[in-house]
Amino acid sequence: MDYQFNTADLVFALPEIFMLSAISLILLIDLFVSQRFQNLTYTLAQITLFVTGYLAFSLIGESQVIFDGTFVLDTMGSTFKVFTMGFAMVALVYTRHYLKVHNLFRGEYFVLALLSVLGMMVMISAHSLLTIYLGLEIMSLSLYTLIAIARDRATAVEAALKYFVLGAIASGLLLYGMSMIYGITGSLDIAQIATFATSATLASEQVLILNFGLVFLVIGIAFKLGAVPFHMWVPDVYQGAPTSVTMFLSTVPKIAATAMLVRLLIDGLGAMQAYWSDLFMVLAILSIALGSLVALMQSNIKRLLAYSTISHIGFILLGFTTGVIEGYGAAVFYVLVYILMSLAAFGSIIALNKQGFEAEQIADFRGLSKHSPWFALIMLVVMLSMAGVPPFIGFYSKLFILQQVISAGYVYLAITAVVFAVISAYYYLQIIKTMYFDDAEGEITVTAPLDMKVVLSVNGILILVIGIMPSYWMELAISLF
Amino acid sequence: MELLSILIWLPVFGGGLVLAIGNNRSEVAKWTSVAISVVVFVLSLSLWTGFDTSTSAMQFVENSPWIAQFNINYHLGIDGISLPLIILTTFSTILVIIAGWEVIKNRPAEYMAAFLMMEGVIIGVFSSLDAILFYVFWEASLIPMLLIIGVWGGQNRVYAAIKFFLYTFIGSVFMLVSLIYMYNQGGSFSLAALNDLPLTLTEQSWIFWAFFLAFAVKVPMFPVHTWLPDAHVQAPTGGSVILAAIMLKMGGYGFFRFSLPITPDASSEFATVVIALSLIAIVYIGFVALVQKDMKKLIAYSSISHMGFVTLGVFALFSIVEMGVDGNIIGSLEGVYLGLEGAMIQMISHGFISAALFLVVGVLYERLHSREISTYGGVINSMPKFTGFAVLFAMANAGLPGTSGFVGEFMVILSALQANFWYAFLAAFTLIVGAAYTLWMVKRVFWGPVTNPEVSTLSDINNREFFILATLAVAVLVMGVYPQPVVEVMHASVVNLLEQALTTKLPL
Repeated sequence: MDYQFNTADLVFALPEIFMLSAISLILLIDLFVSQRFQNLTYTLAQITLFVTGYLAFSLIGESQVIFDGTFVLDTMGSTFKVFTMGFAMVALVYTRHYLKVHNLFRGEYFVLALLSVLGMMVMISAHSLLTIYLGLEIMSLSLYTLIAIARDRATAVEAALKYFVLGAIASGLLLYGMSMIYGITGSLDIAQIATFATSATLASEQVLILNFGLVFLVIGIAFKLGAVPFHMWVPDVYQGAPTSVTMFLSTVPKIAATAMLVRLLIDGLGAMQAYWSDLFMVLAILSIALGSLVALMQSNIKRLLAYSTISHIGFILLGFTTGVIEGYGAAVFYVLVYILMSLAAFGSIIALNKQGFEAEQIADFRGLSKHSPWFALIMLVVMLSMAGVPPFIGFYSKLFILQQVISAGYVYLAITAVVFAVISAYYYLQIIKTMYFDDAEGEITVTAPLDMKVVLSVNGILILVIGIMPSYWMELAISLF
Repeated sequence: MELLSILIWLPVFGGGLVLAIGNNRSEVAKWTSVAISVVVFVLSLSLWTGFDTSTSAMQFVENSPWIAQFNINYHLGIDGISLPLIILTTFSTILVIIAGWEVIKNRPAEYMAAFLMMEGVIIGVFSSLDAILFYVFWEASLIPMLLIIGVWGGQNRVYAAIKFFLYTFIGSVFMLVSLIYMYNQGGSFSLAALNDLPLTLTEQSWIFWAFFLAFAVKVPMFPVHTWLPDAHVQAPTGGSVILAAIMLKMGGYGFFRFSLPITPDASSEFATVVIALSLIAIVYIGFVALVQKDMKKLIAYSSISHMGFVTLGVFALFSIVEMGVDGNIIGSLEGVYLGLEGAMIQMISHGFISAALFLVVGVLYERLHSREISTYGGVINSMPKFTGFAVLFAMANAGLPGTSGFVGEFMVILSALQANFWYAFLAAFTLIVGAAYTLWMVKRVFWGPVTNPEVSTLSDINNREFFILATLAVAVLVMGVYPQPVVEVMHASVVNLLEQALTTKLPL
């Protein structure tokens, strides 16, 4: 068990190393710049994300397990990191406008956001139970703090506390599951756990303990993803957190959570696929059903999107129940599509924010199509896409999942899912109705700066354009496994 | 780009252009829209002239890979069943755009753009030879219609728009599931492959009902018709016209293109149920139409009743003929052709007549802002030219010989007579009900004394309205007197369809 540290291995962790150094540097620089140059921190954060993304991109194709089996670099990891950086950059563009109009613009915000991204990168590349936990905690602790950054808002503090307490419970459950797995396999290394789980000579007690640990792992993952019945925190946190933080936490971390799921359950406990598939099936159907039904009664758009997220998570989990590579690919494709749509949805909400005006009710969209037809059109595209109406990208992600589910023989699951998809279409239509069919009471204007308008427009157009040509991205998602 | 692609994408991108021109330059936007729709119409006529009527094979075919993972192709092509419907689409769109010219003051450019985009998408529906491509167009067509009803509709437009969308959406998702199911069996979404895919009777039955739900909602058939009166009443005139003239035909087209060839055994199995529902629609909805106080609602119910002839004509074939053991069809081929071709003629004729009737109501509504029959009375006194057209279209709706309304219904009734005397009896009986509700409306609206003083101040139709109504009147009369060209165009395809519908797909 002698481990020889090899400096050449550091190259494979270059994105993480660069990110960490940059974060430290930005934190220092931020201390010394005056309020007048506060954009500097923002710009540096964007540059950091870009360079890290580039470094991760240049490592695509490398495949290594380094640092004594605790860190893995593979195509999936690198691709996930590139997407994480890209989505984080978009999120920060939207964030800046929100922070400016609500006087929350502080350097720490960006530092914390970067730190949570670092945690996600560690999760994505984790190859041992400990590294996974380490990454998860770096990410979560930064996110708790991000929510509380609006410390004069009671709802934000409440949301942060709720997220913290429930997140801690989830981490505890996850750890408990990990300790079970460690206890029976005698290793933290994912590869060795996999070897142990696939060995044919397992005694029935050993299978039982593995199973026991597995259940807790699944609960931990379900908590982090926000799948029913471990979804309680989602609506409150989404509603209470400042919109920019809600956007961030409903989008970017989902890639890392998916990676955690893949590393733990597919790479590690792939041999137990039959067990966790069944668990996922229940979680998936409950999430789709509850997400679709409860969202019908919401008037707060952030809360509505929270339930909509829960229902999307259900579809993602459906992809994982299939147990085949194409099914996993479908789930990953769905994750990426979901993030793209969710960013645009929250971006549209943030675009409505003005000095002293917090847009968070559906009614705030009233008559938007008259005053700002272009942004209303983008939101229309996003909502129809989320409802799964072709030709937008959300349709193809659902098609891909349904095809896999039916192919795995679960026609009844597919039928249940589409019925709830129709129900959920109702509340997406409500938003379209508010924008297009209702008249505005007051004047609504989109005061967002140019960079945000451009990024939001591109974001909306991508939902249509990738919808017309989804082939490449589907291919990419399957090729990761 | 091949012709069909141009027909689909020219109006879609043209609609985008009109959107870009914007409401502030509405004159430019309107002229651009008319120009685009006329160009598309002329191009669609070249489909007609270049069409080879001697073959049932798909023509003007385009095929290129689209989503390789699922073997989904951008596969277009038309046969004699889709061609008339495409021309109906391009024709109606011009009328609708001209009809909205002065009427739509709220966001005119967006209104025109919505109709143009819908035109392209619907042409896509009628020319897709790949099931997913079809589904994408099918669903995409809901979006412009949702906005047309919701933005430019009447008092209760929000309810109607959302009901319309959700009804159709829930109908079609099951179709999607069954398409995916068949893809997993056969490895292709191409319609030709689906037509050849062997399926057990149980599978076919599930798929048949999934398809049925999608298409029956669209047609609409009793008992899933309830969205239609709401949608029609609330939609602006143009929306009602497109809805009645084209969107309902998408359902009928679905039966031709999907149900019969893909699930022939289940279609035969359940034909009686469909016929029963068709007859209920024809008779019962006819009576419902009789008691309507709102003109648009009356026409909406009359649409449902008339569309019943389409499904009757299609599914009566299973009672007339069957496939013999030697591969020869036993029974009266003439009767079957009458039924299928009658159904097609009925769809096209109903496209003209219902469009005309909705435009007639639109003309009145623009002037007095009321759709209530009781508001009017004695309109002939102030609007003689208009009344002439209105009565012609009403007669056509009642199935007067010499108009297109007669041809389709007569063919279907003749066919039904070969199937079962009572089918034909009930269907023919409705001609009386149809005449009753149509003529009674005409009597109350156009004839009789002027009770409402505002009616006497009405101005007769202007040149624009005259042009629209005259065009439709010509179409109705020509189709009524000489339907032969349309029948010729579709005959080869109908023969082929019959072959498919009677060939069992049960695995041996």
